[in-house]
Amino acid sequence: MLSIKNLHASIDGKEILRGINLEVKTGEIHAIMGPNGSGKSTLSAVLAGKEDYEITEGSVTLNGKDLLELSPEDRAREGVFLAFQYPVEIPGVSNINFLKTAINEIRAYKGQTPMEAKDFLALVKEKQKLVELDGKLANRSVNEGFSGGEKKRNEIFQMAMLEPKLAILDETDSGLDIDALKIVAAGVNKLKSKDNATIVITHYQRLLDYIVPDVVHILYKGKIVKSGPKELALELEEKGYDFIKEEVGA
Amino acid sequence: MANEILEEQISGEYKYGFVTDIEADNAPKGLNEDIIRFISKKKNEPEWMLEYRLKAFRYWQTLEEPHWAHVSYPKPNFQDIIYYSAPKPKVQLNSLDEVDPELLKTFEKLGISIEEQKRLSGVESRIAVDIVMDSVSVKTTFKETLSEKGIIFCSFGEAVQEHPELVKKYMGSVVPYTDNFYAALNSAVFTDGSFCYIPQGVRCPMELSTYFRINASGTGQFERTLIIADEDAYVSYLEGCTAPMRDENQLHAAVVEIVTHKNAEVKYSTVQNWYPGDKDGKGGIFNFVTKRGICLEDNSKISWTQVETGSAVTWKYPSVILKGDNSVGEFYSVAVTNNYQQADTGTKMMHLGKNTRSTIISKGISAGFSNNSYRGLVRISKGATNARNFSQCDSLLMGDKCGAHTFPYIEIKDKSGIVEHEATTSKIGEDQLFYCKSRGIDNEKAIGLIVNGYCKEVLNKLPMEFAVEAQKLLAVSLEGSVG
Repeated sequence: MLSIKNLHASIDGKEILRGINLEVKTGEIHAIMGPNGSGKSTLSAVLAGKEDYEITEGSVTLNGKDLLELSPEDRAREGVFLAFQYPVEIPGVSNINFLKTAINEIRAYKGQTPMEAKDFLALVKEKQKLVELDGKLANRSVNEGFSGGEKKRNEIFQMAMLEPKLAILDETDSGLDIDALKIVAAGVNKLKSKDNATIVITHYQRLLDYIVPDVVHILYKGKIVKSGPKELALELEEKGYDFIKEEVGA
Repeated sequence: MANEILEEQISGEYKYGFVTDIEADNAPKGLNEDIIRFISKKKNEPEWMLEYRLKAFRYWQTLEEPHWAHVSYPKPNFQDIIYYSAPKPKVQLNSLDEVDPELLKTFEKLGISIEEQKRLSGVESRIAVDIVMDSVSVKTTFKETLSEKGIIFCSFGEAVQEHPELVKKYMGSVVPYTDNFYAALNSAVFTDGSFCYIPQGVRCPMELSTYFRINASGTGQFERTLIIADEDAYVSYLEGCTAPMRDENQLHAAVVEIVTHKNAEVKYSTVQNWYPGDKDGKGGIFNFVTKRGICLEDNSKISWTQVETGSAVTWKYPSVILKGDNSVGEFYSVAVTNNYQQADTGTKMMHLGKNTRSTIISKGISAGFSNNSYRGLVRISKGATNARNFSQCDSLLMGDKCGAHTFPYIEIKDKSGIVEHEATTSKIGEDQLFYCKSRGIDNEKAIGLIVNGYCKEVLNKLPMEFAVEAQKLLAVSLEGSVG
């Protein structure tokens, strides 16, 4: 479904991604791990289409479509979803209104009519349960005054509502206590299907106890230096990132 | 990057910029006592009215144009303006069928189909409309329904004829002609406007509305509105304004006066969308308006809500004099400036009575090369014990070529007064925009969402029908201006 080939990206003339290659098939969960500054967040931002980055080389396709040619909103409409590490607040805009706008924009892109209010509310109810999101939060302004855990849960709620083909979770575990982590992970697991795929970007192995990946990739200095089964994450946890540095001879 | 988006998108076009092809009956250009006599005669006014105008004119001649506001513009040539323009034919109209069809088309374009409203008669949400085109009030709807309750809602000119005692008693009682340069000018040359009187104990059953439209070229519009709510009366009043697109700057200098008696309440809402000029700052309306209300007696309330998106230059401070004890003044404002627009707007809350309260919520939004200033005065006079004010002034910047300014003035002469002032300045963040985009919402829609969210506290104060219009207007005015 997702095919990244030799992707190079830089910001302010500084190269961050130096030739990423990654193939993700439907039904798979991939974990991308790596030390600070390895380019994890850059990769997620580049996939979502943040304009600050310059793509200097390589290609990214989603189901054969050139993703890099698309605007961020069109990528979302094609089914890319980024769960932000730091979700922003939008004062005065209710979560519900925000999501309704998003869903109807995506539907319009696909040539569908806006969703009926009744169906929309039913969907909200159903998906709220999935991430155990308090009904009150849905009516509050987007992320405004939410705790760190609530913000992350709200990201997964949005993901549930938008039903993306490719979800990218950028350090969704950071700042979560163990209970919130379990809820978020359970939500992600329930949303997994044979038609979609998930990329979990994380610093720690902890999240992978709950969201079990099919493949683990280790990102180091802007390149995927090692890929392997889920056990790779455990090995990494045990030995620390230094063993990677040694292995790649850095 | 942000600026590229900004520049690419600052091109929101003014959709009310049509001109109606109606023959007009104009006064010659220029201003002198003869012109004032001409206007007065055209309007078949009594002697006292003419005297008032002449006094105001003579006083105006002694004044200098004010320059303290944070705006700059070429000095209007007051001799180059037509002070009276009436759509022809000017016969007495008895029913809508007699209105010039061109005029009706205009109203339809403005989105205020009177036909529709006629059809809606008897339905819950009704609005009575007075339409002022150029200088003359064209048609007031629902007059009969209102008069059953003793409510007077008519053009100002008609009030001078039919209710001279009320006009004499209240006109100039809140904004005397000596108040300022433009109030003096208006008092001398005003041609029409709306008049509204709600008798004792009556709650006006519908929204009253005036739609102002400048149409003829080279004209100025100087209307006067006078609203009086007698004891225990209530009215919600709406005002809308549009004008065609023209290269020259046209002058609009209105006066609005509100008087509330004991326990009375007036809610005055404005959606001001005069032509703002083109994207290079050419043309547009100079909007120099004096709006003031007085809570004359105890327990009365005046509430101003305004959404200001139009005009090349705006200079406007809807104010409340809180004279009666326990009276309440409110000011809720959204002012948007884009391209080369300039706005200096705010309010004055003058606390004279005991236990008086005022609230000021001002939301400024600046985009393009525009300048947006909030200027507000809170004065608590000696003897105004336990007066309270809360002010919140927020500014939102879009792009880095615009300006937002806040000029709060606070004068407290009574120690028991409590004044709170909060101010914030923020920028529409790229992060907020990217967040919206990553959910499939494009730039335009995202700005609409963020801006409407930012203005929510004020938009919530508007009557339902207006709130929807205002939301759309905000989106149109800011079409794409972001960074």
